[in-house]
Amino acid sequence: MAGAVITSALVFKRAGRELMLKVRFFASLREGVGCDCIELRPEQAATVAEAIAALAERGPRWRELLLATNVLAAVNHEMVKPDHPLADGDELALFPPVTGG
Amino acid sequence: MDCIRVQRKAFSAAQEYAALSADAGDTGAVVLFVGKVRSDGEENPVVALELEHYPDMTERVLEQLVRQARERWQLGRVRLVHRVGRVALGEDIVLVAVSAPHRREAFAAAEYLMDKLKSVAPFWKKERRRDGAETWVAAKPSDEKAASRWDD
Repeated sequence: MAGAVITSALVFKRAGRELMLKVRFFASLREGVGCDCIELRPEQAATVAEAIAALAERGPRWRELLLATNVLAAVNHEMVKPDHPLADGDELALFPPVTGG
Repeated sequence: MDCIRVQRKAFSAAQEYAALSADAGDTGAVVLFVGKVRSDGEENPVVALELEHYPDMTERVLEQLVRQARERWQLGRVRLVHRVGRVALGEDIVLVAVSAPHRREAFAAAEYLMDKLKSVAPFWKKERRRDGAETWVAAKPSDEKAASRWDD
């Protein structure tokens, strides 16, 4: 019985990943969530979409802003799609559609 | 030779033109575009814009756009200046200046850079009205259309 439990724990550790992200918010999104930068250590977030889903779990306001409005993403200063894979140490920036010029 | 700047303080279109054209014998055409803060004619009118940007990404995106313009057209020099922070009514927000041997390339590149900048450069505008009200400007579908018409 004990042997089976130890095996399960090892399997979980191998499957898991340490991920630390710096997440930055801009413009109306920044005002809405009330901060411009946080550190995120998502338990399971392989992609940008999954990191956003993890942030949305912080509360109804987060969920409303991140999932119901049009949110664009950049990783390490390049625009990316939601399925973009994340790496430890990445800077993820989230923001509304741009309005420069 | 190209000059791409993001800055808080006002710029002079005349100075940018002078810098673009100085000692440029092969330049036959210069196209210079300036975007300004305009009044919207409302009873409680816009008095200023507040421009936010993503400092580490903005210049990089603008440089990339200029590289893409150079891949498409034969150009001389390009100067691009975009303000951030508070820009008051009547003031200049952005300048795109392009020189080229011929006018077709200068016109096309200047329009391309503006259309693309409005769609991909990480700036966000907030309108300030006379009564102190502040509203974020929403991205326009027409701007997205203008940008994508340059794509194949």
